[in-house]
Amino acid sequence: MILQQLVNGLIIGSVYALIALGLTMIYGVLRILHVAHAGIYALGAYAGLVAYGLSQSFLLALLAAMVVAGAAGFGIQRYIYRPLFGTSPLVPLIASIGLFIFMEDLYRLVFGPNIIPLNAVWPSFALEWRGVKVTETQLVILLVTGLLLAFVWFFTEKTRLGLAWKAVAQDLEIAQAMGVNANLAVASNVVLGSVLAAAAGLLVAANYNEVYPTMGSVPAYKMLAIVVLGGLGNPVGTVLAGLLIGLVETLVVAYLGYKLPRDAIAFLALILVLMLKPQGLFARKGGG
Amino acid sequence: MPERVVAEVSLYYYLVVGITLGLYSLLSLSLNIITGYAGQPTLGHAAFFGIGAYTSALLTTRAGLNFWLALPLSFLTAALVGWVVGLASLRVKEDFLAITTMGINFVVVSFFLYSPYFGGALGLGNIPAPALFGFNFDKTAYFGLVAVVTITVVLFSRFLEKTWMGLAFRALRDDEEAALANGIKVQAFKLWAFVLGTGLAGLAGSLYAHHITFISAGDFGFPLSITVLAMAVFGGLGTVEGALAGALILGLAPEVFRFLADYRMLVYGGLLVVMMLFKPSGLLGRTELKINLFRRLPARRRG
Repeated sequence: MILQQLVNGLIIGSVYALIALGLTMIYGVLRILHVAHAGIYALGAYAGLVAYGLSQSFLLALLAAMVVAGAAGFGIQRYIYRPLFGTSPLVPLIASIGLFIFMEDLYRLVFGPNIIPLNAVWPSFALEWRGVKVTETQLVILLVTGLLLAFVWFFTEKTRLGLAWKAVAQDLEIAQAMGVNANLAVASNVVLGSVLAAAAGLLVAANYNEVYPTMGSVPAYKMLAIVVLGGLGNPVGTVLAGLLIGLVETLVVAYLGYKLPRDAIAFLALILVLMLKPQGLFARKGGG
Repeated sequence: MPERVVAEVSLYYYLVVGITLGLYSLLSLSLNIITGYAGQPTLGHAAFFGIGAYTSALLTTRAGLNFWLALPLSFLTAALVGWVVGLASLRVKEDFLAITTMGINFVVVSFFLYSPYFGGALGLGNIPAPALFGFNFDKTAYFGLVAVVTITVVLFSRFLEKTWMGLAFRALRDDEEAALANGIKVQAFKLWAFVLGTGLAGLAGSLYAHHITFISAGDFGFPLSITVLAMAVFGGLGTVEGALAGALILGLAPEVFRFLADYRMLVYGGLLVVMMLFKPSGLLGRTELKINLFRRLPARRRG
């Protein structure tokens, strides 16, 4: 029983990690609390829904979701965030929240307020081992999440663009003075972050078989908690924090019941951790 | 409907809108003390509004206190919690502080929602309207009461700007390290900003509870915190006029945009984005504050 809970927790946690990783990457270079990230997450689910309806192929749906979300991410950083460079952090935050409200309402107007089932059909390849069951959807989630996380790691650590992100994250002006194309770095970073959110949105939609306009509301804020827990702008810490919160949530709900509301757990953990380690659970040394 | 009834209904409507605007102004002004004057971002203001509302509701319905005692006690309770939260928040700064206060909002709401003593999901009802010497406050009198409190808080904010404390707030907002170097007790003044701001939010909460007579946890959620912050930023952080203008304009927006019916939230969200893009310092914000108010975070991971 506990093993099953651990598996479920890790799978939910890997989705959290995926969304939160995009958010923390974007925070790293832009220093913006990008609440509208959750709007992109829902956009991914809707784009995937439409593409899946047309093609009946989950792979194509996933690609479509990523392309649409990447384009939206590019537009957001180009026309909203970049003009707000140099203002107080509250200004892009309010703009981001306004954008999120706008997106949620747009989905409601276009697709209606009701839950739409995704009805993804897989070939059956569910695993069962000593009573621990991993469903097809869960396996797809693990596979896609694993691949994307590996891709991001490769991109950040092994490419020049990844190096440019790190440079911009440390100091935008000096990076520019050293010949880093900051606009390209910021744009590619937000696009990749948005692609991750879109994939997560479609995976969650497949897992619960539902797509609805406000599906981003809870992730929007929970992800911020996870990102801070992971040490704001620290990708590895964020992935670990995502997995951790997924696990803790699942275990608390399984063994304590709903006495502790599931969606408050992340914040409770956050407050406790920040009191002990104000830079987050996985803050890098030398930060301050 | 006979004409007189129509007239009464419309008067009632205007009074309710007026009271709502007054409450928004109180919230926006109180947030302005923490975020505008002292420069500490807060995304959990609605929690303290809720603490005030619940305190007042419990004291009047369960403990039998009258409104005039419950009102200051709501201020004190919210301020006390604000002090504790402030004490904890001294450890975190800027974006970390913003997310922490957001977390506090979620935790407080689920606390109200999940403890039976606070009415759980059903909320608390039958909250009495205030009475004074046998005179029961109707909506007209209540509007008067809210107006008097709001004006008092406006005058208090103005007064605060000119006091030593107001100057210290401004110093720590503009440059915390420089303020510290000049011997200003930064920690103590941050706490004062939290105590005053959250206390006033609690006061507004009490006024809300006795106006609406029924409260539930959902009334004090994170969206309200955002609305209030958006009001203060929209109007122009750090100024009394800005806080008022933001509360009045964004508070009236849902009424004015009623003709848009289904598109209201779409327009509201779009308006926030456009406003931030074209006037980031807010409608009445002083532009010279724009640079200093919150400097962008210095590279955190340098070195």
